[in-house]
Parts: sequence; C-alpha cells; structure tokens
Amino acid sequence: MFGDSIRKCLAGLQGTQTWRVGIAVIAKENYPLYIRSVASQSELKFHYTVHTSLDVVEEKISAVGKSLGDQRELYLGLLYPTEDYKVYGYVTNSKVKFVIVVDSSNTSLRDNEIRSMFRKLHNSFTDVMCNPFHNPGDPIQSKAFDGIVSGMMVQTG
Amino acid sequence: MFCVFLLGAGDQELFRSLYTTLAQQLPREPMEWRRTYGRAPKMIHLEANFVQFKEELLPKEGNKALLTFPFLHIYWTDCCDTEAYKGSVKEDMLRWQNSLRTHASPDWVIIVVESNDNKKKNKTNILPRSSIVDKIRGDFCNKQNDRCVVLSDPLKDTSRSQESWNSLLLKLRTLLLMSFTKNLGRFEDDMRTLREKRTQPGWSFCEYFMVQEELAFVFEMLQQFEDALVQYDELDALFTQYVLNFGAGDTANWLGSFCAPVRNWSGLLLRRPIDMEKRDGIQRGEASLLDLRSYLFSRQCTLLIFLQRPWEVTLRALELLHNCVQELRLLEVSVLEGALDCWVFLSCLEVLHRIEGCCDQAQLAANCSHTVGLWAYATDKLKSLGELCGLVSEKGPTSEDLNRTVDLLAGLGDERPETVHSLQSPYKKLKEALSSVEAFERHYLDLSHAAMEMYRAIGRLRSARLVGKSLAEFYMRKGDAERAENFLQEALKSYVSEGWSLPVTHTRRQIAECQKLLGRTEDYLQTSALLAGDVNLSTEERKHFCQEVLTYAGKPGDQSHKVTLSMSVFTELTRLQFHPAKASVHSGAVLQVELTLRCLMPVSVHLQQLAASIHFEVNHGDTLRRSKGHQRQTNQGTVEFSLGSSATGGMPASALVPSLELDEVQDRSPTDNSLNSTAVVCRNTHLLMRLHDSSSSSSSPPDTPNCINAAPVAMKEGAQMLKVQDVTLEPGNNSIILTAPSERPGTYILRQLCVTVGHVQFVLPHIYPSVQYDVYSQEPQLTVEPLSEPLLAGLPQMVKFTLLTGHYAVKKGDALQLSNTETMPVFPSTEKKAKTHRNTLVGESLLSIQASEKVTSISLPPTPPYHTLEFQLQVLCIIPSGSQRLPNERLTNGEVRHRPRSYSHPDTPMAAIDQRMSIDCPWSIYSTLLALTFYIPFKTKHSLLSAGNRKYIQVWLRNVSDVNFTLADVKLSEKQQASLELQSLNTKTQQLLCSRHSVFCLWEVRWKDDLPLCLQCVFSANFSPLNQDVSAFKPFHYQFQLERVPTLYSVKAEIFPPAGEQHCRSGLLCGLEVCITRLTEPAEAELAEDSKTDSDGLKTTKLMYEVADSSSNWAVCGRSSGTVSMPMAANATHKVQIEVMPLFAGHLPFPKIKVLKYLPHTPSTTIQPDPDSCLENDSLSLLDKTLEDQGDTASIRSRGSIHSVGSNEHQQQRSSTMPRLEPFSPGQVFNHSQSQQVLVLPAADDHIIEVNAT
Repeated sequence: MFGDSIRKCLAGLQGTQTWRVGIAVIAKENYPLYIRSVASQSELKFHYTVHTSLDVVEEKISAVGKSLGDQRELYLGLLYPTEDYKVYGYVTNSKVKFVIVVDSSNTSLRDNEIRSMFRKLHNSFTDVMCNPFHNPGDPIQSKAFDGIVSGMMVQTG
Repeated sequence: MFCVFLLGAGDQELFRSLYTTLAQQLPREPMEWRRTYGRAPKMIHLEANFVQFKEELLPKEGNKALLTFPFLHIYWTDCCDTEAYKGSVKEDMLRWQNSLRTHASPDWVIIVVESNDNKKKNKTNILPRSSIVDKIRGDFCNKQNDRCVVLSDPLKDTSRSQESWNSLLLKLRTLLLMSFTKNLGRFEDDMRTLREKRTQPGWSFCEYFMVQEELAFVFEMLQQFEDALVQYDELDALFTQYVLNFGAGDTANWLGSFCAPVRNWSGLLLRRPIDMEKRDGIQRGEASLLDLRSYLFSRQCTLLIFLQRPWEVTLRALELLHNCVQELRLLEVSVLEGALDCWVFLSCLEVLHRIEGCCDQAQLAANCSHTVGLWAYATDKLKSLGELCGLVSEKGPTSEDLNRTVDLLAGLGDERPETVHSLQSPYKKLKEALSSVEAFERHYLDLSHAAMEMYRAIGRLRSARLVGKSLAEFYMRKGDAERAENFLQEALKSYVSEGWSLPVTHTRRQIAECQKLLGRTEDYLQTSALLAGDVNLSTEERKHFCQEVLTYAGKPGDQSHKVTLSMSVFTELTRLQFHPAKASVHSGAVLQVELTLRCLMPVSVHLQQLAASIHFEVNHGDTLRRSKGHQRQTNQGTVEFSLGSSATGGMPASALVPSLELDEVQDRSPTDNSLNSTAVVCRNTHLLMRLHDSSSSSSSPPDTPNCINAAPVAMKEGAQMLKVQDVTLEPGNNSIILTAPSERPGTYILRQLCVTVGHVQFVLPHIYPSVQYDVYSQEPQLTVEPLSEPLLAGLPQMVKFTLLTGHYAVKKGDALQLSNTETMPVFPSTEKKAKTHRNTLVGESLLSIQASEKVTSISLPPTPPYHTLEFQLQVLCIIPSGSQRLPNERLTNGEVRHRPRSYSHPDTPMAAIDQRMSIDCPWSIYSTLLALTFYIPFKTKHSLLSAGNRKYIQVWLRNVSDVNFTLADVKLSEKQQASLELQSLNTKTQQLLCSRHSVFCLWEVRWKDDLPLCLQCVFSANFSPLNQDVSAFKPFHYQFQLERVPTLYSVKAEIFPPAGEQHCRSGLLCGLEVCITRLTEPAEAELAEDSKTDSDGLKTTKLMYEVADSSSNWAVCGRSSGTVSMPMAANATHKVQIEVMPLFAGHLPFPKIKVLKYLPHTPSTTIQPDPDSCLENDSLSLLDKTLEDQGDTASIRSRGSIHSVGSNEHQQQRSSTMPRLEPFSPGQVFNHSQSQQVLVLPAADDHIIEVNAT
C-alpha cells in the first residue's frame, strides 16, 4: 500500500521537502486504514505527523465527550499547527478518524473548505463501508474512495 | 489620562491644592459610557491629568494625537468682586474663550470658587453672592448654564462644601466623558478614513499603525484591554493580509521596508510594557518584519496578561513563530541560515519565561498542554542549530561551523538590559549552548527531557515518543547507541501496536544500526531478519539485511552455539497438507506432510535442516474419544494457517482478536458405546488468555510477527521429529514434503517448527491451529456380502468374502473354517481366485477349498497386514418345505425353533430367511458369526375343491421374485394313504413362470375304500432360472395338510312356482325346498364327537340351515332358518319347505343356503338369553330340555370353534355352556344348487299396458 516511495524517504529523512496535502483515515484502534500524500518524498514524515496528531485527536475527543455527550461536532478543527503544515482532524461517530494535513504556505484554504473536504471524505468512506464485500477494519482499497481523495488533492494542491 | 488644561485667576496655591483633590476624587465613581455604533455601554472610571494652559499646547489642525488631546478646558476663578470681575477677569476669560474657539475646542467649564474667607475679606463690595456667577453665566454661557459651576468652601469639611464638591465632580465627569466620546468618535472616523485609503499609492502601514495604536493606548488607559487588544489584532490581521496579498502577487510599496534582509534576530522582548525602541523604528518606517511582529506581539502579550489570559499568549506565540517563518519565506526575505532558528528559540524561551513570571508553579504544571508546544519547538530549533553548528557530531565543530556560529551570535546583538543580571535568560542560554559541544548537549537534553516529561504528563505519548526518537537520533550521532536504542524501542513498540508500518520500518532500521554498533548479535540478527522481510524497504536493502543474517550463519566456528530466532520473520507457514488426506494411517504406513512455507527473504536461502517436533499421545484404546473439531480440521487433510499482520496490511496485532475455538468432546464407554460424559473444550485458551493480559497492560503488545524482538524461543528437543535435510527456500511459496513417523499407534501433534541455517535457527514456537495425525492399529475383519441383491433361496448364489487383514499378517497355511449346516451347503466357486487389494489390486492367488463332513476349510494365500483379501463362494439356501403356518410349532411351548425360519420382510413381498454362518479364523479363538439373508422366490397356497363326493386339490404357485423361472415336474403326493391316487389334471410338464405371475395346478383325488379324514400332501416342483439347462433345476417343496376331506352332506334347493303358474313371478310367493342329504356313514371320530342318540336308537346330529339372500333378490317369508335333526346314516334326507318371494324379474340366482353344525348348550348351567350368541331366530328352541350335551368342552375347544381360542376364561366358560354354531369345512358340505338360477317373470300384465299407452 505504501509503495516504493519509502525507499527514497528512508534514505534521507532530514530533507525538508514538504507535501502539499495529505489525507489519512485511521481506524478506531488507531492503525491506518488509508493514508496518502501528494509529495511522496516526505511520506514517512507525513506518517509520523499523522500518527502524532492522534494524541491531539484523542485529547479532543475525550474533552468533547465529557462536556457534550452525544451532541458532538465531528469536525475537530485545527489539531495543531507546525512551522510547515497544518493538521486538521475529524472523527466519525464510530471513532474512525480523518486527518487532513495541509501545507502552511497554502493560505487559500479556509476552515469551511476543510470542513467540506471532511464531509466529502466521510460520505465516500460511508460508501466504502456499505460495500458488502468490504471487511470493516481492513485497509481501504476502493477506487471510488481513491478518486475522491485524488480529486481533493488536485483541488487543494 | 485625559488632558485637562487649566487657566486660573486668583489664588494659585489654593487651586493647586484643589487639583490634587480633584485628580484623586475624579476616578472614584464610575460613569456609564454610552458608545457609538451600537457598542455595548460600559462603566468606566475617568482619570484626569491636569495641565497648565498654554496656547501652544492647543491641538493644531490635523492633529491625530488622542493621548495628549485636551478634552476639557477649565477656568478657575475665586473672584467675588464685581469690580475685579469686570476689570480683569472677564477680559481674561474672553481671551481664553477666543483662543479655544480658534482651535476648535468647544469643551470648557468655568469653576467659581467661593469661600467665606473671601467674602469676609471683601466686605466692602458686598454683592449678592450669586451675582458673579450669574454674571459669568450671562456673559459666557448663553445657553449652557451647566458650564459654570460653583465650588463652595472647598477646604472646609462642611456638608455644604461636600455637596458642592460632589456636584462639581459629577459635572466634570459628565463633561469630560461627553468630550471624550465626541473626540474619540471623530478620531475613529478619521482612522477609518485613513484605512480606506490603503489602496492609494503612498499609503504607509507604519503611519496607520501609529494612529490605530493611539486608539489602543486610549483604551488601555481606560482599562479597556479587550478593546485595546482588538486594535492590535486588527493591525495584525491587516498586516497578515498584506503579506498574503504579496504572496499572491499584489505588492504594496510600503512592504519594501519589511523585505529587507534580517540583520537582527534577538527574539521577542516581552518584559517591557511598550518597547519604545521598536516602536520608534516602526514610526520611522525602518522596522523589519521581525521587529514589527515582535512589537505587535509584545503589546498583545501585555494586554493578554492584563486580561489574565496567559495561555492564550502561548498559543498565539506558537502561531506567531510559525507564521513569521512562513512570512519570511513568502516575502523571500534573505535570512542567514540558522538565524530564524535562533530567533524562534529565543522567542520560545522568552514567552515561556514571561508566562512563568506571571503564574505560579501549580498553574504552570496544570497547563502543560499550552506550553509544551513551545518547549518542543524550542527543542527542535536548538537541535537544528546544533546540527548546523557542528555540535552534534562526534568530532565536534569544524572551523566552518565555528564561523557560522560567530555569525549567528553576532545577529543576536547585545543582551537587553532587563536580563543582563538574570542567570537563565534565553540570550545567555543560546550563547552558552552554541559555545561548546558539552554545553549544547546539556541544554538540548534539558529541553528534550522537559518536553517529553510534559507530553507524558498530559498523555500525549505519541508526541513524547517522537521527541524521544529525535533524541535517539541525537544519541546516534553522538555514537551513544545504547541510549538511542532505548528510545527507539519505546517508539517502535507504539508503532507496532498501532500498526503503522512505515514508521515501524524506519524505526526498526535505526534500531538495527544501534544493535550492530552495540554488538548485540542475536538482537541484530532478529531485527535484520525482520527487515529482510519488510516489503517497505527496497530490494537492495532487504538483500543487505538478509545477507547479514546469512553471513553470520555461514561463519565458521563453534557449531554448538546457535542463535535462535523467531520463525515468523523468516518464513510463514501458510498451509499444511497430509497425504493421504484423512491424516490417519495404520501403524507402519507412509504418511507424508506437505508444508507450504512462504519465505519472506528476498533471496533464496539454503536450509541445513527443517524439522517439526512432535508430541506423541497414546490413545488409550478409546478411539471414540476424538473431538469433532479435529475431524473437521483434517477433513480435507489440509490446514490453512491464518496469517499474521503482514497479510492483512497495516492491521496491528491488537486488532486481530482470535475467535474462540470450541470443540465438543464426547467420552463413550468402550463396552456398549453409551455416552459417559460430554464437554466443550476451548482449544485456544492460551492465546485468548494471553491476549487478555496484554490488553490490560498496553505496554506489552502481544507476540506477533511484527514484534520488536521476538522472545528467545527454545526448540524443544522432542524424541520424534519430522525432518528434511538440505532444502533451499526460494522467495515466495515453497512446498516441502516431510515423512511422518508412524510406528506406534496413537495421536501425533505437531508442536514446533524449526529451520536451521548454519548457526541460526528459526523457530516457530507453536503451530496453531494445532495439527495432528493419528496412527491406528486395526483388528482383522471378515465380512460376507452378497454379490447380487437379493439372495434367492433355493438357487446357488455367489457371496463375496472380504477380509481386512488389519495388523494381522496372513501366513501360509492359515485357513478359514466354515462350519457346515444342512440348510446352507457351500459350494466351491467356479472362480477359485482370491484377490489381494491395497487401494489398488496387489495380487491374485488361487484359493484351495477343502470340504469335509462338518467343515469347509478355505486356505488363504499369505497376505501382508492392512490389505484386503477378497474371494467368492457359492452357497445354497435350502427352502424350508413346510407350510408357512405350522400349527404345532407355535403351540408347543412358544419357543422359537433353532432352525432357519422364514419371515416376511417389509421391503419385499418375498419371505426372508436369515442364515447364520460360523467361521473359525486363525487370528482369533472365537468363531466369527456372520449372517446372510435369503429370500424365497415363491408363494404357495392350496385349496380343496369338491364336486359331490369327488375331491380335487388345487395348488397355487406365485413367483414373487424378479427372476423368470422355468417350472418342471410338478408333482403332488400323499404321504400316508397308499390307497389314494392323485391324478394330475395338469397338461404341461414344463412351463414358464414369469416374475410376478402365478401358476395353478390341479389334481383329482381318487380313493378305493374310504376317503381318509385327513390328507398329508407334498407339492414338489423343479425350477430353474429361465434359459438354463436341465442340470440347474432345483427342487421346490411345499407341504400341506388337508383336514375333513370327505363330503358329509349335500344340499339341494329347488324353487317351485306358485300353484298354477309355469314360472315364478316377481312379487308372488314361491316355494323353496331345501333337501339335505347325508352322503357318508359317520366316521368313528364323528360319532364320538358330536352325535347323540335319539329316542328311537338312531344316532342323530343337529344341523342348522339358514336361507339368506345377500343381494336382496329374495324376500324370505316366515322362518328363514331352523334346525334339523339329521340321523347319522348314509342317505338320510331332510327336506325343509320355505316360502320366498322374488323381488325382481329375470334370472335370479338362488338364495344362499348355509348349513352349520349346531352344538346344543350344556344343561348344567343356567340358561339365559345371550346377545353374544347372535342368534335371533325365534324358532331356535333354546329351552329344549331334550337337548343333551354329549361333547365335552375340551374337544370343542381343541377344534378351534368360531368362538376363538384366545378369548378369556370367563368368556370361554360362558360360551361353552351356550348353544353354538360351527361351520363345516369347505369340503364337508356340497351345495348342488350353488350358483343355480331360476327364471322369474314380471309381476303383472298392466306392465305391458303401460308400455302400450306410452
């Protein structure tokens, strides 16, 4: 699933190449169901970033869970900014997490657009889950989902 | 602070003392501030600054300064003298007013101070007190009377004085606020106008900045920090927007100054309320981007701290730092490499210091989550600085690195005076850290550990591990592999448990590096093996790691020490297949196990040995104790092993929960196969229980193929092993065939798998799901079955003997001894060959059969164990000749005789016979009893036919089998009476008897002297299947007995038409004459039985006749039945006249006449009418006293009367005392008029008339 690209990135992690946008779907148990970024050079860094962002996602989920109970907003907002990129989070009711990572220099993306990206992602994800041949918990290997993600990357990138 | 300009006339000292009181008293009471643009009103405290009036201080045209703006002008006077007022004061006031007007300052107030002292002093010009005030009001306040206020006795503590003070303060506040609101509104309008001009060329952000900041200052002064902050935020946003527009290609001229190369990176300065230095720079338009940002942030920080929101400072700080870095990039400002890192590092620390300065320790600890980002950021930056300046390498900085360091330090400038005396200032820290390798390490470790601690404290373990990983990389560079490994292992654990394969690969590679440096061979080999099979790596790298393992394995040296590694990293067992598939063989047989191994290595690997250890269990003779689960598992002889995480992609171990595997176990008694106990067994408790443990403590993930370091697994040296030497595993699937040991009967469970490559062993500690095979030992078994179904009795039939030798080897000379029986002789088969099988035909040998009187001995050819021996024999089952109902057989004592008995079979119309065979086998001291079922192909029936005195015997033979037969030599013979002659009336000697068809045969009985009462007949015929030669004919016998053969009576009926008629007519009575004639002399037995002596010495017997017409052709008039007394002599005749009436016309059959034997009742018992006796004939005299019973009850019973034998005792008793009827046997009464007909004419002529009429 993660392809050949790692070969390059394992060779030189110190490189500061950034990706323009990356999208990850993470299972309830915190393992990746789907993970994709545009610039393959920094795929490894992208993985690390998404993994680390789970800390904040969990923090936000538990914080929201205490206060509001069921009436929670799926969109978690900006999880944390870094010098190079911004990480946004979204969590479905079944605790599947979506993470979108956007390059900091990409200033054209507004909060609303990120929201709609998440919604689109969620819809497509629901379609994948509705496929009777898909085993929930397996990595997503759906062309339709791929297409949606690619579309978003082109749009934002 | 509001500037209030004063001009006084009078006692300046007094006024001055009043100012101070005024300045103190003014802010005491809050005022409600109503604001423009719908903003919410606020309560504010007004403070004032009193300044002496000077003409030049008045604001010029276009002055934007709000801070120094004179909001209210006050004219003080203590003049109470009209003259003085007129003379000088008024003039002075006018001048003042004029100058105010010229500068458009309409807000003023005149305060007149009155005191009693003054009044007393000026006694001479006593005027009404109010006159001065009135005059002033009249002169100046033409419409605004409130602009002149009187203050009475300001220095005295009287209520009057207090009152006047209060009213003065109120007036001042109101006026001041009014003026302020008006001027502020004007200022804001001006500001907005200025902002709207921002698109015009020549507009300067810096200028605008100063204007809006003025507003912020004013709000700050009014303690309206929120509003003040809004001003800065607006500025911030405006500037950000310009930078973004610049990025989009829309360049503003004024931005040029911000694009200048960065020369100073001294970091934020948050200790001053207002950094005038930077502010001046901005005012002059010389500030750099960092300067502007720093200044803006320092102001925001100050206000936020006023607002008690320190945590927002940290968040904004982080955002600011990120943003600045981005903005500099966007504006393409040239920055010295590392300068930004310095700036960020210093800024982070400065913010943290500032926050620490305003919060206590507990607060800080509770809000780690807000500060930790800054700590981590600072750590990050310090690390990259260290790398840049050569402080991380083992060798230390080069001269080039040192030059760079000097350049960086130069950009920091001098330390700010605020922190010069502080030991821990960010400036000092950075300088020190960059000064030497050791200092850098200390500072870097401090920061890293602080950041990690904080991340841990707030539960962000992943972030903490990422910092740890970064620290590990640092240690690696320093050559401290041991510490590095600890951090890496911890990080790896979390990646593995959460299934992030890419980070796992990366981290594992780093670990491999550490382990290699540390010389931890075993661990290194394990990790290398893992990496060699890692698809995330390139083939070259995988080959490299594989080679590392193989090189070690191939190293010459001490062979006794072997490194044991987990097999899962090297190869995966995907499938196991048994040949033969049922995984159950007899002892000594060949059982092969085919393993499918998926080799994960990138190159082919040569194995010295592949072995599977076996656990052996003896079956305690209880072969039934086999679970269903096991049977299912080896159903196809194939076990598929579910693959670990590698097959399922990124799924982590924690997500793979094995399902419960339950099996039913039944324990049956070995003797009668009854169920002793049953249970449900969980086959994988060890997995489930362990999983449960590990999930409770997340620190130890379950043992999976992806595990960090497989626990050292020891290969248990089992006594028995499946082994194969020298195999080469190619990448991908490999099939390896092992031969399983099968000497001892029992269950063999495959436990472990071990692959040996030189010094390295790969061990699979548990084969799961468990795989086992059974080796059994079988007793010899002999079975006999028909070659064709069904076996027909009476004909030679082929049967097949099958001998499963089991563990017994048939030796030369071994023979089967068949005990002969009369009813089933055994014939040697035409094909005397025995076939030996073992799945396929193994051999054929001749069979020698010797038959003696008692036994038939079959010598078997030598046969190895676990083979099948087959041969055929011909047997004949003799059909039992007796009739199917042998009355004696059952009545003797109810015991079944021990000879083959036929019985009717439910599936076939043929009667079946079970034939037992007893065979003595060489392997057992007991005889083997076998049963064969034969079917009789025929069904027979016989009947006696009479014609007067003449007798005929008819035999009916039906072929009930599916075979067509030829029937020949049909014969009937009588056994006892020699004088008897049976004359055959059958024409053919041979005839065809088809399946499901019947044949009737008839004989006439002729006799010379007397016809015996009883005949013992034997019917015999020869039969053979159709189209077989004469020799194949087999006899068929049928024995039967006929009783009461002779005809005793003949019955003759005649119908006479009514008198005068020629024919009977329907509806007219006719006479029926029944003539019963005795044909024979009574036999002795009959005499003894049921006769009685009449009064005239003649023996008589009583008969009952009955005329019955079943088809309603006749109506019997009068008595239809009656008894007659027949003399027991030949030709004795008795005639009975009965009137009958035909009901129809035509040829009517005679009414039926029945003759029955009448047995009178026993006179000793009481006579009563009994409904059971079913005689309703009134003519029957039940009370006939002359009736004498001569028959004894026993003999009646033995004859089997219609009142059955099976009835109970009481009934028997009663029936024997009643008069009874007994039918004659079929041959005893001959009816002459049977089926005779009589012509009956229609009743009358009108019948004809009727026909004519119509």
